[in-house]
Amino acid sequence: MSYIVDRRLNGRNKSAVNRQRFLRRYREHIRKAVADAVNRRSITDMERGEEISIPTREIDEPNFQHGQGGRRQYVHPGNREFHAGDRIARPPAGGQGQGGGGGSGSASPDGQGEDTFVFSLTREEFLDFLFDDLELPNLERTELAQIEHTRQVHAGIIREGTPSRINVVRSMRSAYGRRLAMGSSLRQALKAAEQELAHLQAQAPVDLQAVAELEQQIAHLQKRLQKIPFLDTYDLRYNHFAQEPVASSQAVMFCIMDVSGSMTQNHKDIAKRFFLLLYLFLERHYERIDLVFVRHHTSAREVNEQDFFYSRETGGTIVSSALKLVNEIIDKRYPTSLWNIYCAQASDGDNWDDDSSQCASLLEEALLPKVRYFAYVEITPHEHQALWQEYEQIRAQHPERFAMQQIVDQKDIFPVFRELFKRRASL
Amino acid sequence: MSPTSYTTKKDKQPLSNTSEWTFELIEAYDQAFARLAREYGLDTYPNQIEIISSEQMMDAYAAIGMPVGYHHWSFGKHFLSVEQSYKRGQMGLAYELVINSNPCIAYLMEENTLMMQALVIAHACYGHNSFFKNNYLFQTWTDASAIIDYLMFARQYLSECEQKYGVDAVENLLDACHALQNYGVDRYKRPVPISAEEERKRQAERENYLQQQVNALWTTIPQARDKQADAQSPPRYPTEPQENLLYFIEKNAPLLEPWQREVVRIVRKIAQYFYPQRQTQVMNEGWATFWHYTLMNRLYDDGLVTEGFILEFLQSHTSVIYQPPFDSPHYSGINPYALGFAIYTDIKRICEQPTEEDRQWFPEIAGADWLETLHFAMRHFKDESFILQYLSPKVMRDLHLFSVLDDDQKSELEISAIHDEMGYREVRRLLASQYNLSLREPDIQVWNADIRGNRSLTLRHQRSQRRPLDKHTFAVLRHIHALWGFPVHLQSCEGEEVIVKYQYPHSH
Repeated sequence: MSYIVDRRLNGRNKSAVNRQRFLRRYREHIRKAVADAVNRRSITDMERGEEISIPTREIDEPNFQHGQGGRRQYVHPGNREFHAGDRIARPPAGGQGQGGGGGSGSASPDGQGEDTFVFSLTREEFLDFLFDDLELPNLERTELAQIEHTRQVHAGIIREGTPSRINVVRSMRSAYGRRLAMGSSLRQALKAAEQELAHLQAQAPVDLQAVAELEQQIAHLQKRLQKIPFLDTYDLRYNHFAQEPVASSQAVMFCIMDVSGSMTQNHKDIAKRFFLLLYLFLERHYERIDLVFVRHHTSAREVNEQDFFYSRETGGTIVSSALKLVNEIIDKRYPTSLWNIYCAQASDGDNWDDDSSQCASLLEEALLPKVRYFAYVEITPHEHQALWQEYEQIRAQHPERFAMQQIVDQKDIFPVFRELFKRRASL
Repeated sequence: MSPTSYTTKKDKQPLSNTSEWTFELIEAYDQAFARLAREYGLDTYPNQIEIISSEQMMDAYAAIGMPVGYHHWSFGKHFLSVEQSYKRGQMGLAYELVINSNPCIAYLMEENTLMMQALVIAHACYGHNSFFKNNYLFQTWTDASAIIDYLMFARQYLSECEQKYGVDAVENLLDACHALQNYGVDRYKRPVPISAEEERKRQAERENYLQQQVNALWTTIPQARDKQADAQSPPRYPTEPQENLLYFIEKNAPLLEPWQREVVRIVRKIAQYFYPQRQTQVMNEGWATFWHYTLMNRLYDDGLVTEGFILEFLQSHTSVIYQPPFDSPHYSGINPYALGFAIYTDIKRICEQPTEEDRQWFPEIAGADWLETLHFAMRHFKDESFILQYLSPKVMRDLHLFSVLDDDQKSELEISAIHDEMGYREVRRLLASQYNLSLREPDIQVWNADIRGNRSLTLRHQRSQRRPLDKHTFAVLRHIHALWGFPVHLQSCEGEEVIVKYQYPHSH
């Protein structure tokens, strides 16, 4: 007696819990490996998993076992030249001569094992560790129910529509049904007439008149049958599609960077990583993200990503020009009722002295009311200048939506990012 | 390979001409095998054949053959290593996995060809299944109809514990129990079969009772010392050494909470369920391999499968029973499929075409009914005794078996016996003892629990052949300490003489 069961549609991830338990147990190892990977990897390369190695001794499950030494005998297969009593040199430890043991299957507890246990984190797990404990500030879904975005969904079959949406199968099926229904009484009559005709013709004196009448009747019936249309407008069926509103949440992220002469490529790389982390982070919370790159020296310009990071400029620095441009772009293209707005600004702290106060007032009056979060990183090992001091006052007044940090080295990016976005108890 | 003639029989339609499987074809093959199995007297549990994907196979594989497992990181670790080597193509997935339960659950992977599905059905659903049902060890130690329920109970109980006492507390406890899971059986006592129903019913009752017992045991300490007893050496507790460490801890550990004792018991019971499998690897795999070979060839002889089918089968059968020689880079011990298949096949040969040598070595089976002899051999032995009883000189010659003596007091290895007239008995004895669990694993027993003094626990390791313990010993003692709650000592002894002393925590 056998039962055959198809289990393929059952859950695939029976081990998911155990896998999570494992990751949980070795959290510290993995976190460290992920942090290293973030610093090491190239920027375009963040969206994949990571291979993690853990020293085997850390994850051993100990058991009582025999160690090396003592007197032991093992039986091996494949003898070719040995005779009883032969003596042979001891092979180096860890080589052959261990295996014996009755082939204990998968586990090979002794010797030979590698020194590290290697496994892969999936992309999701990698990002989870990357963003572990981080929470998006002021995460409230603007316009959640707003019907900006719709999606076409199949909404059944209808009788009216445009020719391009004819559902051929359904149309033919209903035509066939109609033909069956309309023709059935005719076909019955025809069949009866034909039988009678056959009957009449079989009789010895053929009643010619009756035969002629019947033949006429048959011809009439056949004609009527033929007149039943193969396809009628009545039969036509159309696929129906409906527009279904999709609750969308969208964000725009402004990347603002100083590209004046004092910003070296190294500065820009650091800034780039910072923007990238922010982007990855936002991507996990919003379905749609627009990126706007604004670079500035003495004047600001909206550019594409390539130009933003790699074209060279020289000259002085007027930060307010960029803030002004961002404000204009928001007013023109990103109404706050529809967009979650995030700004990230990177600079080396240089600014024309009398511009800094202007920046502060621009932020305070125009920008901060519109944005969800404004993050400023200053990439410099030097003393802070006027801009930093002005911004510090803003931070004091708006700690919930304004953050700033200093970055000196590549290694600082991740900790700083975490600091900027760390979970806030109050939220 | 037995001299079956491979000529196509034209009189019958083959069951299939394709390598793609369908449910109908699987059913057809299953029915064909069932008919043949009846003919050969294979007595089986009903089969539950489950078609699964390769990911699901990895899941099943990682759960070490428990269809319903409790959660623990070590299974996650196992899963990750299986996944890693599978993804890198270092390892194909095991194409069969079968569970000793009633009905007997066998997994078929959807990626397999029809031939492989048929092979797995023959191997698992009729080979392993009949072994599970009829081998004395399985009959004694496991209850196939209760295991799934028991595992469900265990999982539920453990997840309740996690909710009540926290994931970490349960995890640490399981870590400690797992370290001792090979020391959770009474080798010479018949266990009470497990039943989830009974467990659930008695569990609360037992909790109270157990705690009372433990309390009674420990109330006499520490102050009430009998002066007379003090004069002599105080009596040991337990009076006889106990080999079942987990059982001893479950019943006697002074500080464990009732729920913790229950968890110890769960690990012990599950270890008990797997105990027969660890002792019958060669017999079990050999039996299943012998029958898939026999049943598949019968299908061919009866004209039910095509020539292409049987050739595909022979190719995979050959790789299953391949035994790399000791100096091959692929060598990792004796292949239980190869050894078991060789012995069963040879038993059949001895029954049917005994030589002079066979009559001398196996007078009681030479010329006997092969089917009856084979069934007898399957039912009444475990690997150790099976090899001792049935390993024939011919098989030793075919596999070129030889034994190596490795004595750390000598500078060279010595070939102690080979497959010749002088060596047959020695090789056979040594190979058999290689499968003796009590020699394979260090002999460690509870020696003394100092119930009148500092409550420390002393274990004794009886060395055999001067073999020491390995570097994991301290880690295991740490786990025992976690269970026992007071200092743990381990004495490694040669006869009565203590050679090495381990203890945890380190006192100085």
